[in-house]
Amino acid sequence: MPQVTLTVNGRQHTVDVEGRTLLVELLREKLGLTGTHVGCDTSQCGACVVHVNGESVKSCTMLALQADGDSVTTIEGLAAADGTLHPMQEMFREHHALQCGFCTPGMVMTAIDLVNAHPSGLTEKEIREGLEGNLCRCTGYHNIVKAIAAAHPLMHAKAAE
Amino acid sequence: MGFEGIGASVRRREDVRFLSGKGNYTDDINRPGQLYAFIVRADRPHARIDGIDTAEAEKAPGVVRVFTGADMAAENLGGLPCGWQIHNQDGSPMAEPPHPVLAVGKVRHVGDPVAVVIAETRQEAKNAAELIEIRYTDLPAVASLTDAVAAGAPEVHDGVAGNICYDWVIGDKATVDAVFAKADRVVKLELTNNRLIPNAMEPRAAIGDFDTSSGDFTLYTTSQNPHVIRLLMGAFVLHIPENKLRVVAPDVGGGFGSKIYHYAEEAIVTWAAGKVRRPVKWTAERSESFMSDAHGRDHVSTAEMALDKEGHFLGLRITTLANMGAYLSTFAPCVPTYLYATLLAGVYKTPVIYCNVKAVFTNTVPVDAYRGAGRPEATYLLERLVDVIAHDTGIDKVELRRKNFIPADAFPYQTPVALQYDSGDYQTTLKVALANADWNGFEARRAEAKARGKLRGIGISTYLEACGIAPSAVVGSLGARAGLYEVANIRVHPTGSVTVFTGTHSHGQGHETTLAQLVVDQLGVPLSQVEVVHGDTAKIPFGMGTYGSRSLAVGGSAMVKAMDKIIAKGKKIAAHLMEASVQDIEFKDGSFRVAGTDKAKALHEISLAAYVPHNYPIEELEPGLDETAFYDPKNFTFPGGCHIAEVEIDPETGVVEMVNFTAVDDVGRVVNPMIVEGQVQGGVAQGIGQALLESALYDPHGQLLSGSYMDYTMPRANDIPAMSVATENTMCTHNPLGSKGCGEVGAIGSPPAVINAVVDALKDHGVRHLDMPATAPKLWSIIQAAQPRLAAE
Amino acid sequence: MYDFTYDKPGSLADAVKLLSDDMDAKALAGGQTFIPVLKQRLNRPSRVVDLAKLGLSGITVSGDKVTIGAMTTHATIASSAEIKAKIPGLQHQASLIGDEAVRHRGTMGGSLANNDPAACYPSAVLALGGTIKTDRRSIPADEFFQGMFTTALEQGEIITSIELPIPEKSAYEKFRNPASRYAIVGVFVAKFPSGVRLAITGAGQGGVFRHTEFEKALSANFSPDAIAGIKTPADGLNSDIHASAEYRAHLVNVVARRAVAKAG
Repeated sequence: MPQVTLTVNGRQHTVDVEGRTLLVELLREKLGLTGTHVGCDTSQCGACVVHVNGESVKSCTMLALQADGDSVTTIEGLAAADGTLHPMQEMFREHHALQCGFCTPGMVMTAIDLVNAHPSGLTEKEIREGLEGNLCRCTGYHNIVKAIAAAHPLMHAKAAE
Repeated sequence: MGFEGIGASVRRREDVRFLSGKGNYTDDINRPGQLYAFIVRADRPHARIDGIDTAEAEKAPGVVRVFTGADMAAENLGGLPCGWQIHNQDGSPMAEPPHPVLAVGKVRHVGDPVAVVIAETRQEAKNAAELIEIRYTDLPAVASLTDAVAAGAPEVHDGVAGNICYDWVIGDKATVDAVFAKADRVVKLELTNNRLIPNAMEPRAAIGDFDTSSGDFTLYTTSQNPHVIRLLMGAFVLHIPENKLRVVAPDVGGGFGSKIYHYAEEAIVTWAAGKVRRPVKWTAERSESFMSDAHGRDHVSTAEMALDKEGHFLGLRITTLANMGAYLSTFAPCVPTYLYATLLAGVYKTPVIYCNVKAVFTNTVPVDAYRGAGRPEATYLLERLVDVIAHDTGIDKVELRRKNFIPADAFPYQTPVALQYDSGDYQTTLKVALANADWNGFEARRAEAKARGKLRGIGISTYLEACGIAPSAVVGSLGARAGLYEVANIRVHPTGSVTVFTGTHSHGQGHETTLAQLVVDQLGVPLSQVEVVHGDTAKIPFGMGTYGSRSLAVGGSAMVKAMDKIIAKGKKIAAHLMEASVQDIEFKDGSFRVAGTDKAKALHEISLAAYVPHNYPIEELEPGLDETAFYDPKNFTFPGGCHIAEVEIDPETGVVEMVNFTAVDDVGRVVNPMIVEGQVQGGVAQGIGQALLESALYDPHGQLLSGSYMDYTMPRANDIPAMSVATENTMCTHNPLGSKGCGEVGAIGSPPAVINAVVDALKDHGVRHLDMPATAPKLWSIIQAAQPRLAAE
Repeated sequence: MYDFTYDKPGSLADAVKLLSDDMDAKALAGGQTFIPVLKQRLNRPSRVVDLAKLGLSGITVSGDKVTIGAMTTHATIASSAEIKAKIPGLQHQASLIGDEAVRHRGTMGGSLANNDPAACYPSAVLALGGTIKTDRRSIPADEFFQGMFTTALEQGEIITSIELPIPEKSAYEKFRNPASRYAIVGVFVAKFPSGVRLAITGAGQGGVFRHTEFEKALSANFSPDAIAGIKTPADGLNSDIHASAEYRAHLVNVVARRAVAKAG
């Protein structure tokens, strides 16, 4: 059986997989990281978004073997060791940007990448367009947009420290 | 600790879990030795099953067992039950054909489960499923309402003539006809309410577990109401008594109604776990969700309003065809009757109303309650009709509404369609919404848009809904096969912390926060010392679950009752400890006081005495401080309000952009304003989705055309505008909280507001009405057709 | 998904051999279309050959052309200052494909090899008159696209790069399917000293096509008005639940005019 070696949330793993094993299956079923969700089978809902080498990727649309040697960050890897939430997580909570929580991990991972990619600022329109690949059925997106706008200065202030 | 009681926008306690990936959804659960189920579904809408050959599949790698409908029939298992019986206008009961868990004899819709493969891995189960050979003889199929009721239409169920499940009426036809005969004017409108697919982001999943030592079954399932599933599946399908069956609904990723029902897969995995004596897990792929989750809406109606010269509503006459799909889902029959026709008075004092509803079987996925359930259909019909009346009579649409409103001093108000409204103030919600939306400034915005080449329109909807379902005796008399109370168990622990066990279920609503705030308010315990437990039949006394915006109005009221009992008992203990008369004990801010003195005992002192009863009135009182209450509501609750939508249409392409949305709702007492706003925003987005984007489409032969996110348009962030959401509340008069409910108002009030705005934008194009969804090609066609007329003017 | 043998060869020759030796082997580029197809079990390759380690990524500008490595992602193209300066239409087009997560994985070569009739890139490559370079030859865009999901590629042939002439002006406009966000109609217009080329994706039953009438009119007068009166027949255009052929025919004109206006 093929093996894949990758770093997930800072920890290196070597895992036996099949050729067809998806990255999300490796995370959920082999590593027990069930925070990353599967909400569709056509690569549209974005519940499975993780970061691969710092960029948002749909982990349901990537083979585990493609991630060999890569560094993966999931929702479980965002908070500090002492439990302090990432500013994006904190702003989602502050602005009630989640209800059922199912789309939330993917939404947060996408949002962080979006903010990272736009250091000089994000308009409401850019945020809404940046969420193109993430579906939420609960919130109507209103508070998600607010949370991301609020997280932007916090994240870039932190980066400037 | 800031203010944490009723009225505080406390940040949600469940959020850290969900934001850290620590949620515990059904598919996150894995049981030792777990097997996987893959369900083979009909790929055709209607066919006789001539034979199923499972031999090859059973020999495939990893396969443990293959089951078909015959295996379940051999054990005399029941079919999936229907929880509501409607009677025809002639008094006979509705047609209630069998709904086998796995198809027997025939398949009746694409997605109908036919067989299940149980294997060591998901992929092995799926591989083996491809080896099952099903021999079918295709039968003619019907998908649309009009086709299904046409003469000579194929029958979905043998013996259900004309595919009519029931032919039901409310109101007296002769009386209403007489009003119409004398009316100055009659305005008529034909309209459809488009079929929707709920699409909670978490696909359904179920794990059946069987304890080989005790013989106990456990079902983990994505349900809004685990006790209801235990009752339906245990008593009617699998014949497992409650004491041997536990149902757990852990974190559930959205429901919107679609996770109320008892589904085949729940029975399949539970039963199969017993057969193979190992846990069995099934998780829907999204494509399966599209063809197996109950769909919503799907009505075709004709509505007529009788009017006097001034535009007063004199009488309403309606006929509706409602699609049931191929089988009756759990609560399907009540949706187009008691959740729809009883709402047809809306916010208006229409004196007489008659409605005839024919529920119709088709070769499509079963249709049941989806966010709003019947009330969006009623609201859409009424609010479109009111706008069409304004169009036809030339009366201003706001003025027309105002002059027909039930006045604020008319409550309690008895409608002609059974309901009695307890409170409301429709003039106020209208007035505030008009101001918030800058209604009077609209024509300037329209002119400005026109200069940019855009057609701008504004639309209004003044609506009302009934929720907090409902007095058990009333619903029982209307055909419900269940009670609709709610249950709360309040456990004050020895040191004064509190655990709430609620029969409601939270799948996004934030009950772990909101319900805890009720305890803060009533018992004076800090939020940090309150825990809310839900979703497990082994922990909760009983419960009817969460749907119909009922959790706070009914479940919260049960908590208030249980806490009243805690306080009453606490007063007796306090009286004993402080050597005072019980009548002299007051409870306030977490303390029991002897009135007029400075003697007081905090709740935690009382609870400690209750659990360590050394100095305790043991002859009169049992130890402990743990009370349960069942609350059966006295009436429905009646949230309402006013929604205003503003759109711009690109006349070259027909594309509609939502530019503004304003909601002013009356939801009664608000416990957590932040959560209420979130509920309204989410509901409005679903309403905008229905009005502009979403449509479950079947071809005439019953193939689902919109069976994935490639073809079913889900609202995305850039389809939805920033919203202005506010409340103007009147209190519910018959429950202790005064709360009415907020979960569905957004989805109920918004669709007609959006379509009214689209029609308004096209007012110079000869448009009187158009059906949802207002897609770009539809609007482009309308605009094209109008060009010659506009040119001629 | 059916199981398969996965290979990630380190040389183009090895990749070609793996793909040529096995008729049921398939190449994997970014996988953003291919993996969903595999998940739906619509394709059953015996072997999947990952092209990620062949060094086929990168953008180079030299003289009058831009060369894009086949494995260059949409995100890289969308964020490339050079592409934005030289072929702004292509930069904009890449930014409209899928969503950000898809753009981080999806590649230009993968998209061209798949030739989905609603994909964006075929319109750019055809309108720009590009050349598809493979492990064995160069294929002009006018010969490469041969109908929906059909290209001039042979079994085992791997796209290595795409060479695109730099136009004077370029623009892409996309009318999106509201559900899938693929193109219902996408128009890429490129103005060269020698004339205008304009290609349309999403609309045609045979996949991407050049609109020669538009090209002629625009070559004479590069303005939206030049094509305003040119009707596109609905015959041969796609019709589905999202758009009839007549609506697409209408959109072809609207979207083309907007693309020309944007090109300036």
